[in-house]
Amino acid sequence: MNTRTKEQLEEALFPPLVALLVALIFGDLLIMSYGQSPAMVYKLLLQGTWGNAYGFGQVLYKSTTLAFTGLAVSLGIRAGLFNVGAESQLAAGGFLAALVGLGLSPAVPGIIAVPLCMIAAAAGGGIVGAIPGWLKVRFGAHEVIVTIMLNFIVLALLNYIVAAHLHVPETLHTPEIHAGSVATLASIIPAFHGSAANFTILFALIAASVVGIYLFRSRRGFELRAVGLQPDAAEYGGVSVGGVWLRAMTISGAIAGLGGINYVLGYKHYYEEGFTGGAGFLGIAVALVGRNHPLGVVLAALFFATLSQGGLAIHAFVPKQMVEVLQGVVILAVAMSVPEVRAVLRRARKPVTA
Amino acid sequence: MTASSVPTGNPAIRMTGIEKAFGSVRANRGASLEVQQGEIHALVGENGAGKSTLMKILGGLQPPDAGTMEVNGKDVTGWSTSDAIRAGIGVVHQHFMLVPTLTVAENIVLGMEPVKGGRFDYRKAVDEVKTLSHNTGLEVSPDRKVADLSVGEAQRVEILKTLFRGAKILVLDEPTAVLSPPEVRDLWTVLRGLRDAGGTIILITHRLDEVIDISDTITVMRAGQTVTRLKTTETTPSEIAKAMVGRDVALTSRDEAGILTTPAHGGAIGQPPRDDEASAINVTNLCVLGSRKTIEVDGVSFSIRAGEILGIAGVEGNGQTELIEALAGLRRIESGSVRIDGKDVTFRNVGERRTAGLSHIPEDRHRRGLILDYSVADNLVLGLQADFVDKGLLDTDRINANAEAQIKAFDIRPPVAGMPARNLSGGNQQKVVVAREMGGAFTVLLASQPTRGVDVGAIEFIHSRLREARAAGKAILLVSAELNEVLALADRVAVMYRGKFVAVVPASEASEESLGEYMTGTRKESAA
Repeated sequence: MNTRTKEQLEEALFPPLVALLVALIFGDLLIMSYGQSPAMVYKLLLQGTWGNAYGFGQVLYKSTTLAFTGLAVSLGIRAGLFNVGAESQLAAGGFLAALVGLGLSPAVPGIIAVPLCMIAAAAGGGIVGAIPGWLKVRFGAHEVIVTIMLNFIVLALLNYIVAAHLHVPETLHTPEIHAGSVATLASIIPAFHGSAANFTILFALIAASVVGIYLFRSRRGFELRAVGLQPDAAEYGGVSVGGVWLRAMTISGAIAGLGGINYVLGYKHYYEEGFTGGAGFLGIAVALVGRNHPLGVVLAALFFATLSQGGLAIHAFVPKQMVEVLQGVVILAVAMSVPEVRAVLRRARKPVTA
Repeated sequence: MTASSVPTGNPAIRMTGIEKAFGSVRANRGASLEVQQGEIHALVGENGAGKSTLMKILGGLQPPDAGTMEVNGKDVTGWSTSDAIRAGIGVVHQHFMLVPTLTVAENIVLGMEPVKGGRFDYRKAVDEVKTLSHNTGLEVSPDRKVADLSVGEAQRVEILKTLFRGAKILVLDEPTAVLSPPEVRDLWTVLRGLRDAGGTIILITHRLDEVIDISDTITVMRAGQTVTRLKTTETTPSEIAKAMVGRDVALTSRDEAGILTTPAHGGAIGQPPRDDEASAINVTNLCVLGSRKTIEVDGVSFSIRAGEILGIAGVEGNGQTELIEALAGLRRIESGSVRIDGKDVTFRNVGERRTAGLSHIPEDRHRRGLILDYSVADNLVLGLQADFVDKGLLDTDRINANAEAQIKAFDIRPPVAGMPARNLSGGNQQKVVVAREMGGAFTVLLASQPTRGVDVGAIEFIHSRLREARAAGKAILLVSAELNEVLALADRVAVMYRGKFVAVVPASEASEESLGEYMTGTRKESAA
């Protein structure tokens, strides 16, 4: 039993680490091709992120959104669904949260306004997630196609509404919300001053724990994972497969939608066209590298946020796009290393157990 | 089919000291195999004995960790699948690898298509397939779509496919599992023909009657090792069974020729109950559609009273699967009704039927019966998950306690609750299913192919469990492709042919011959 847990842990941890190492070596070559010293660039990257309070605050801020979208994608994958629509679910969540924040009177205290905005965000993302879920159950439409198409439709629709009815002239964003803002981390730890870090990160951690408990400890989670692994066996076990699909897509969308809180309530206090900035798509990579486990997703979110913020820090020496290339390398390396590293691990274990 | 001049004594295949481990599981532990050219060689052993692994190594799918193998005297240790195919080794898998939307001819030539002017020459493909079919006696219609074939025909296509690729050494993995008795006879004729033409055949099987029928030599494997090598003419079923299991196995006279069951036939037989007697399950005029919207179950009525086993015999694909699925709540019932313990469950879902007292051992444990990546403990509560909830969460303590108890009661090995079901042998996987479905309270049991693909020991075990359940007053509907199994266990036997019960007879009055006629539709009679 104990060795099994250890084996499982090894198989969960080693592949991403090996992938990281591969990416690091590839990054070295890349940096050297620009005539720079890898050691210096990596040092700068770390200094600009984990090395100072502002940079670290930015990493925390960015990882918060990524944690939400990563959790959303991973929950879908656990149910056997590939939710490529986190981008538009995130946008819809942020948009509805902003609408509620705009609609409430400034007199409404945060303790009421924030939960209301969060419900709105979850509902926004949830509806956008439920549509492909329902279409799959009702007509057998593939969720990948539908979520990709919905990204275009929903983002265009939101842009239209904002541009036609809600924007502040000369900008692409709505007016500031009246009620429901989440405090910045700087309000407690002054060193974070100037960074976007805010208490939404707590909600992200709570969301990760809730998703973990839901998936691995609840009956619904047991059934959801069963559907993801073997739908026929789940059906035999009395599980309504269609029901699980609809539920999983709705929850997945709702989690992605909640990510919108980070920007709208915690940072800018308005909805702006394009605020998602690809965080929904990067959520797919976060889920992949995090091996669809909530804890892994949180760590992977921190990692990708570090890369993204670090790209700004090293901009003077190598192009920022290099970091994006590096992200791609990490994703590819993880995708390829999972089975490979596992095989090596098992081979290495053999003499011990045989 | 070049008549290679292999001197006698130089075996077509010689594998020695083969080692292969998957993680901590050692599938082959110094296994060996020697097959002469021009013989039919049976490779037998319980599930998990390492037969399939050995054949995967032979076919180049996996390299051995240690050991050597020679084919026609050449050292080929650790070769690739393409090497194996080029050397004339053809494997016919248990699950067919055919493209259903293509025709027979297209499937056979796939990957080696005859080409004319850069385009696929279909006419030539058909001609080549016809020639091959004629030469080997494997009859197929080259223009038919594979989707429309029966399993027996599909299997012939699989064999032709390997022969088309020049196979001289044919490996067949459990080829008869899906065949009706006449189809099995046809297959034997074909295999004998191939052997007489100089081909070498390795047959993986559990069924001792087949081994005796068709093979020339036998290799018995147990726990990854080669236990013994026998000449078929010089051995008996009991000797083979003993070598497989490692101890004496009780064989009834009926089973001498067939599969293995324990003798004691406890229950009262030969007294068909009247339907108005308090029956545990009552089915009237059931009609069910198949996946292609064709009528698969056509007005079937029956009842089973407490303490009775109704066996359904029939060639696979005559509506048994659809009948069981409809009864279990996995397939829509078009018309008719199902009552369990007097309660109408016709429109109830799987969970509600379970609550009403229905248990179900599904025919395919890998697709339906188990979540292979779930632990044994989790699999033991599949379908019962709602009963293992405490304060809104799954009660891990009770799930584990349940697992410990069931593992003990059903002798599931290895006794590790946390092990993924995937890592268990077929027999132990089936025990997990049986433990879950029979280890708790139930009134009616649907047992579909309960011993398919499991080893002799597990068959014995499952049969005695079914008898105990009958003695304890359970009503059991048993569907099995093994006529022997139905005859050995059932009190009454119903024969299903084209969606109908064409005969219902007390088991004491049934014989393989009479049932066989009903099964193949040569004799028809309305259900008694």
